[in-house]
Amino acid sequence: MNLTQTSFALALALCLAAALAALALPRRTRPAVAGALTAAAGACAVVSGAAAVAGQGWSAWYPELLPLLGVRLALDPLGGVFLAVTGAVAVCAAIYGIGYTRHGLAGRGVQAALPLFVAAMLLVPAAAGVGTFLVAWELMAITSLLLVVAEHHRRAAAGEAGQWYAVMTHLGFAAILAGLAALAAHAGGDAFEQIRQAAISPVAASLIFLATGAGFASKAGIVPLHVWLPRAHPEAPSQVSALMSAAMVNMGVYGILRVGLDLLGGGPAWWWLLVLGAGAASAVYGILHAAVSADLKRLLGHSTTENMGLVLIGVGAAGFFAASGSRALAALALVAALLHVINHSAFKTLLFLAAGSVLHATGTRDLDALGGLRERMPYTTALFALGALAASALPPGNGFVSEWLLLQSLVNALPEGGVRHAVTMPLAVGAIALTAGVAIATFVKAFGVGFLAKPRGEGAATAHESPPSMLAGMLLAAAACAGLALAPTLLLPYLAETAGGVIGAPAAVTGEVTLRLGGIASTISPLLIACWLAAALVLVLALLRVFAARRARREARLWDCGAGPMTARMEYTATSFAEPLGRVFDNVLRPESDIDVIPAKESAYIVERVRYRARVADRIERRAYEPVLAAFAAAGRAATRLANGSVHRYLAYGFYTLTGTLILLAVIA
Amino acid sequence: MIAAILQVVLVVAGAPLLIGLMRQVRARLEGRAGAGVLQPWRDLRKLLRKEPIAPRGTGWAFRLAPLLLAASALVVTAVVPLVTTASPLDGVADLFAVTALLALGSVALALGALDTGTAFGGMGASREVTVLALVEPTILLAVFALSVRVGSTNLGAIVNSTLDDPLAVISPASVLAAVALAVVIIAETGRIPVDNPSTHLELTMIHEAMVLEYSGPDLALIEWASAIRLSVLLGLLGSLFAPWGIAGAEAGPVALLVAVVALAVKVGVLGVLLAAGEVFMAKLRLFRIPELLAGSFLMALLAVGASFFLA
Repeated sequence: MNLTQTSFALALALCLAAALAALALPRRTRPAVAGALTAAAGACAVVSGAAAVAGQGWSAWYPELLPLLGVRLALDPLGGVFLAVTGAVAVCAAIYGIGYTRHGLAGRGVQAALPLFVAAMLLVPAAAGVGTFLVAWELMAITSLLLVVAEHHRRAAAGEAGQWYAVMTHLGFAAILAGLAALAAHAGGDAFEQIRQAAISPVAASLIFLATGAGFASKAGIVPLHVWLPRAHPEAPSQVSALMSAAMVNMGVYGILRVGLDLLGGGPAWWWLLVLGAGAASAVYGILHAAVSADLKRLLGHSTTENMGLVLIGVGAAGFFAASGSRALAALALVAALLHVINHSAFKTLLFLAAGSVLHATGTRDLDALGGLRERMPYTTALFALGALAASALPPGNGFVSEWLLLQSLVNALPEGGVRHAVTMPLAVGAIALTAGVAIATFVKAFGVGFLAKPRGEGAATAHESPPSMLAGMLLAAAACAGLALAPTLLLPYLAETAGGVIGAPAAVTGEVTLRLGGIASTISPLLIACWLAAALVLVLALLRVFAARRARREARLWDCGAGPMTARMEYTATSFAEPLGRVFDNVLRPESDIDVIPAKESAYIVERVRYRARVADRIERRAYEPVLAAFAAAGRAATRLANGSVHRYLAYGFYTLTGTLILLAVIA
Repeated sequence: MIAAILQVVLVVAGAPLLIGLMRQVRARLEGRAGAGVLQPWRDLRKLLRKEPIAPRGTGWAFRLAPLLLAASALVVTAVVPLVTTASPLDGVADLFAVTALLALGSVALALGALDTGTAFGGMGASREVTVLALVEPTILLAVFALSVRVGSTNLGAIVNSTLDDPLAVISPASVLAAVALAVVIIAETGRIPVDNPSTHLELTMIHEAMVLEYSGPDLALIEWASAIRLSVLLGLLGSLFAPWGIAGAEAGPVALLVAVVALAVKVGVLGVLLAAGEVFMAKLRLFRIPELLAGSFLMALLAVGASFFLA
């Protein structure tokens, strides 16, 4: 028994213990015990994943656990990365959940579903057979669905979000099921090991890749299958939002990597150009919607679509480079994608937990009603600022490092590539750059409007700092962000090794302080950038002390061009802040607004009230989903005519169906 | 190392003079006497002597913004090849990193403006980040176009390769990238036609709206950092597309002196051209700016295409 296996088994056992404890214990102690056990399980998963990444592989087959196929488990470095990330997110979310769920979310169902959800997410990257994988996948979907609808009795939106999520995730599951079942049938076996050895015809492989890819992409919230994500992630309790947005979406990426690069062994270039294109579209579409969103958690949900898009740009580039023969670059692109997965998980956990604290303290997630939280919630404000820095991909945040790696892999593909490279790479770089720019605007808005200035609403004015357990969960995530920002070089050799193993190339990134790339002359040193920024700050302060008048800061009224005292209603809101961007990207977003002028009773010329409503609807949802939903609704209404309540008619249906079936059988036989 | 310190000192001391020079050129062309090239320095001295103010209702973001803006500008000054191509900060002297550091300064200022809670602060911040978001794609694509020839986005490497092969400057890719970068530099530094540094009219302000609440030493820091950003970006444009005179890794005192003079001349000429251009141009309407930036984006995209197809 090696470390990987021991700690993995321990993690699963702890998850089960947490679920049982949640069912058995009284309400008062339930959140603390279940949370602590789940956090311990997460820590074990981190250890197991790290051991797998470091090279301690493990595989096992338990034929008696699942009828027909048995449970097949294995951990290789690729699975280990995703396992460790999931575990780390679970640690933060579970500790945070102790304080967060104490009021109103301490029921048996929610408390028991969370550890099971974590267990399912730990099983997915460890599954080594089609049957095991599908069971784990469906368990993950069902437990997360239960958590999404946890607050449906308080908010109708949670119920609606649950419906969307249930339908989308099961359509995705059907696609994955079809794809993987076909794969297993072609390979003549359920085990991944057998599938790797099997020779699968190109047409079948392409169909399998498309089917599973669609399912995985919908889990990762990739356009146009993303519509459930900005509904379901915000409506779930905040620590569940963090788990879904920082851990569960990663499983979509893992699925594409596992099936496309590993099981099917690469495939033609067009698969990966498709992945790259979907990634680029998601990145831009996601961040544009995040930029105009005034709901803090919805904004973060859209940003998840954006970041998964960036990851898929890396994954697509990796597959594309590998298919066109440049393996070193492919390994670099894959390292960038994996690092971005980890970075995104770190900062998205932090941001969702901080958003949960805001919701907990103010009772609202509407940015237009927030503001002025920096005095009342100083720690949450500072932690959200750290997460926002990372999410906007600016140095010295951690998001910058992975985007830099991604850009390097794309930029340096041009000299050695062909015309296909020359067309796709500039567009991909442009998409990443636009995403980065709009992400800056988005997070300046989220932080600046949500936390700074004066409170815009009652809730924000009476906010209070979160309890210690919630702060501890956020602090852990923040520490991960800071570590990834300053010392990614500690992690990158292992990721490079992992990516090299998947692609079949030597490690693409080396260096202790300064990152050096195999075959590319560009270098970067995140640690040095941070150090020099700090040094420059000290220098500026020193210069100020020498040259500026040494007088104490005097409090004074805001000048505001000499106007009267400011009220909170005069402030810029999130909606007004994003208005110019909405207008610039009018063609994509199509913001809608309507004005109702209600005249007074006495005369049509006296206006009593003017109501102005503006909203930005999801155009993909409107164009692609609503017609389908409308058609279903129409079919449903038409079907009611078949059932008019007459027993005779129902008996006739039964008779005709039976006769029809018998005739059919007779003809076939 | 000496060359790098010399570069920082030169930019730090010379940046306000560049602003003075540009104002003087504008004044003369508009038929005014002008306040003299040294006026920005006099303004800075005056502002530094005033007492710092903490407006009620503002917090740490407001206080930290000028410091962060100045610090990021200083780091950029130290890494960009202006006097010497041998940056002591290898690992920071990357064109992507420099762009991101400049954006960090803008973000700090935008947050400081939002922290005041005034309508003007919010307006300025909103417009600033909108322009920033649209500028980013052009910059990164121009970087892409310039790096294709060199195989690296390291600034020193790009400048050195141009020194080795001067004809590369007039290649279609290089010319297109130069035009694209020039447009985004105008946008980044808030000059006409994107923003007017001498306006206080609410319909048009971007940068000025953000700094309205700052006064005394804070304002001095912002003005000084903005001047540094303008000089560094103009110097960078000079170094990327006309690198002659710049000192190499082991340059003697004479070479350094030549490099300093060359930098002063290049930045001075670019500044005068910019100022003269501003006299003959009006500011664009806010919602026409995206069209200008889309044009520059197209230019950068063509530059990348040209670097591949016409290489």
